[in-house]
Amino acid sequence: MTDYALKAENITQKFGAFSALKNVSFDLKVGEVHCLAGENGCGKSTLIKVINGVHRPEPGARIGFGSGQSAGHITPSDAKRNGVHVIWQDLAVFPDLTVAENITFDSFVASPLKPVGSRDRKRRVNEIIARLDIDLDPDELVGNLSIAKRQLVAICRVLDADAKIIFMDEPTASLTRKETESLLRIVRRLSAAGISVVFVSHRLAEVLDVCERVTVLRDGNLVGTYPTEGMSQKKLSKLMTGMDVHEEPRGPQTFGETAIEVKGLTRRGEFADVSFAVRRGEILGLTGLMGSGRTEIALTLFGMNKADAGQILLEGKPVSFGSNKDAIAAGIAYVSEDRLNLGLIQNQSIINNTAITVLDDLADPPVFLAPSRLSQLCTSWIARLKTKVSDPRLPVSVLSGGNQQRIVLAKWLATNPKVLILDAPTVGVDVGAKAGIFEIVRDLAATGMSIILISDEASEIHTHADRCLILRNGRIHQQLDPADVDEEKLEELINA
Amino acid sequence: MRNLSAKWSGDRIELAAMFAFLAAVILFFSIAAPNFLSLGIFRSMAFQLPELGLLTLAMFIPIIAGGLNLAVTFSANICGLAAAFVVQSALMNHGIVAIPAALLISIFTGLVIGMLIGAMVAYVGAHPILVTLGAMILLRGIGETVTRGGDISGMPDVFEVIGHGSLFGIPVPMIIFLAAVGLCFYIMQFTKLGFSIHMVGSNPKAALFSGINVNRVLVWVYGLSGALSGLAGFLMLTRFNSVRVGHGESYLLITILACFLAGANPFGGFGRVLPLAVGLISLQVIASGMNLMGASQHLATVAWGAFLIVVMAVRAPFQTKS
Repeated sequence: MTDYALKAENITQKFGAFSALKNVSFDLKVGEVHCLAGENGCGKSTLIKVINGVHRPEPGARIGFGSGQSAGHITPSDAKRNGVHVIWQDLAVFPDLTVAENITFDSFVASPLKPVGSRDRKRRVNEIIARLDIDLDPDELVGNLSIAKRQLVAICRVLDADAKIIFMDEPTASLTRKETESLLRIVRRLSAAGISVVFVSHRLAEVLDVCERVTVLRDGNLVGTYPTEGMSQKKLSKLMTGMDVHEEPRGPQTFGETAIEVKGLTRRGEFADVSFAVRRGEILGLTGLMGSGRTEIALTLFGMNKADAGQILLEGKPVSFGSNKDAIAAGIAYVSEDRLNLGLIQNQSIINNTAITVLDDLADPPVFLAPSRLSQLCTSWIARLKTKVSDPRLPVSVLSGGNQQRIVLAKWLATNPKVLILDAPTVGVDVGAKAGIFEIVRDLAATGMSIILISDEASEIHTHADRCLILRNGRIHQQLDPADVDEEKLEELINA
Repeated sequence: MRNLSAKWSGDRIELAAMFAFLAAVILFFSIAAPNFLSLGIFRSMAFQLPELGLLTLAMFIPIIAGGLNLAVTFSANICGLAAAFVVQSALMNHGIVAIPAALLISIFTGLVIGMLIGAMVAYVGAHPILVTLGAMILLRGIGETVTRGGDISGMPDVFEVIGHGSLFGIPVPMIIFLAAVGLCFYIMQFTKLGFSIHMVGSNPKAALFSGINVNRVLVWVYGLSGALSGLAGFLMLTRFNSVRVGHGESYLLITILACFLAGANPFGGFGRVLPLAVGLISLQVIASGMNLMGASQHLATVAWGAFLIVVMAVRAPFQTKS
C-alpha cells in the first residue's frame, strides 16, 4: 500500500467564463519526485495555486494531505500546516540579507523579536546545509551568489520551514548543465528523506530521469499521469502539444557570397581570437555553455560593445560601429535572449514594438510620424509572419511567448537586415510554437539572409544549423557539420 | 462589442473623463456662485492659468520619460532673471524689440539649463530626482545670490502687451499656453522624439537595444522641459513686471499631481497632453470659483487637494495595470 502525500481530485477552476482547470486530478506519493508538464497557459500554475490555497476551486473538488481528511478547498494556512511550499522561478530571496537570514526567514517572521543571529538559528542553518551536503557560506550576502546558489538558499529555506511537499517552478531554466545535475542530486536526497518534490517544467530532458511519474496538462485538461520509465522526450512533447512535432534536418544547401566575416575578434574578459564567416543563406550555429562568450560575441557584432582587437567585415568591407544604431543601419539585427526585458517593451502596444526599429523610415517628412503608417507596418508584418493578434493596439505582453517572438522578428525584419543574429530564440516558447519560429527562420535563410543561431539546445542546432561553432571559455573550440554527428554527441560536446 | 470597447479604450476615455470632471466643476460653481458664468471670470482665469499650465507641461515630458524635473520653477525664475538682466542693461529704450529678445533669452536659457540636467541624467546615470533636486537648489542659490533675495523690477511698458493684453478678446498668456499645448501634443504624438520618449519611459534598456539613442532622447526631454520652464519664466516677467526668485515655488508639487491627475503613469511611458490641459483648466476653475464665493486662497488649496484625491480614487479601478 502506497502512502500518498497529497491527493487532489475533480479540480475545476474558473476565472470568469474561462476555465483554467477542468476536472483535473493529481496525486503525489510520499518521497516521490513528480514532473508536472505542459505548455504555457495549460494550467500548471493554477493547479499549484489551488493546492497552495491561493485559489478556491469550484465545488466538488476533494483535496487531502497524507492520511488526513480531504476538503473542498485549501486555505493558505492548511497548506502551510501540511508543509506545502512553492519555490517560484524568481526565487523570492532577499539579496541584501545573508544566507542564514534568508534560510531562517519564516521563523523570523513567526517570532520577530528573537535576535536574527541567535545561536539556535545558526545551528539550524548549519544542520540543513550539512544535511544537503552543499557548499554554502551562511554569512555570505545572497546578492553575491549565482542563480544556482540562490536556488539552494530557497530550498534550504523551505526545509527550515519543515516542508513535506515542494513545488519547483522551472528550476532548471537558468542553470547550466553542471548546476542542473547538482540540483537533481539534491532532489534525490530530499526524496530519500521522505519529502515529495514536484518539478514544473517545459524543458524536460533533464528532469525526466529523476522523476518517477509525470502528469501532463493541456489547455486546462488532464492528459494523464504516466510513469517516466519508457517515456521519451518526443513522446512527452506530443502529449503536451497534442501534435507530432517532427522537424527534418535542413540537409545540404547552396549558399551565396560571404555576408559577414569576423577576424581575430577579441574583447578582454569575454572572448578572444574569434574568427568565422557566414555566407548568404547560411545558418551558422553558435553554441556553448552560459559564459562561453556566445552572447558577448553577438553584442559586439551588434555594436553594443566595442572589440579590443580584430575586425568585422560586412560584404568584404571592414566596418566599425559606434553604437548599435550603426550596426542596424549596416544591416545587422539582434534578437535578444531576454525577450522580457530587452527584446520587447512589454507594456507598450504591439504596434509601437514593431515600429520602434524603423522610425527613420516611417517618419516622412522627418518631422512627422503618422500613426497610420505605424499601424500599417504592424498589420502587414502580423500577416506576413502569421502572428495571432486580436488587436495590435494592446500591450505586447498579452501575447503568448511564440507570438511575442514573432513580433520581435517582425521588428527586426522591418529593418531589412543582411545578418540576423538569433540569441536563444525559443526561450519561453512552447514546443508547438518553436517549430513555427524555425519555419520562419528557414524561409529567411532561403531568401539569402545570413543567420547566426545562438543556442545551447543541441537539438535546435542539430536540426537547423548548416554549420556549428562550439565555444569554450571565450574561444572557438571546435567547428563541425551537424550532419556528421548525432544529437547526443553534439550535446556531449557542448557540455563537455 | 469588442470593436466598440477597443475604439473607446485608453486615450479617449481619459479625455472624456477629464471633460466630465471639468463639466462637473463648472456646473457646481455656476450653481454655488451665481455670477460665475460671466466673461470676466473666464478672462481672469485665462490670465492666471498659463503659468501653472506651462510649468506642468515642463513637468509632464520628463514624467513620460520615466523621470521628473524638480527644477522647473527655479529654472523659470532664472530664465526670467536672465531676460530681465539683458533687457534692463541694453533694451530699455528699444521699444517692441525687447519682447522677442526677452522671449528668446528665456527659452534659450531654459533649454541650456534643461540640456545640462538631461546630460547629467543620461551620461552620469544619476537618478532624475537627485539630479533635478540638486539643480533646483543650485538654481535657487544662484538666483538668490544675484538678486540678494529681492525683486528685479521695472521692465519696459511694452511688456504689458504680453502680460495683460488680449488678441481677439483672448488673453495673450492663454494664447501662448495653448500654443505650447499644441506644440507638446504634436511632439509627443507625431514625432520620432515623442515616440522615443514614451519608449524610453517604459523601458530604457529595451529601447536602447531597439536602436534608440536613449541618452540623446533624455537630453532633449530635459531640454524641452527647461525651454517650457523658460517660457513660463517669460510670462511671469511680463505679468508681474518683475522677477523674484521663489515665485511659483508652491506650484511645484501641484504640477506633479496634475500630471498624474491627467493619467500620466508614475512609472513613465504613458500619458497624453490633451487630458492634462483639460485637467489644468479644472484646477483653475476651482480656484477662481472659490475666490468668487469669497473663500480664502488657502481654502482653494484645500479644494485642489481634495479634487486631486477624488479624481485619483475614481480613476483607480479603470487605470490600466501594467
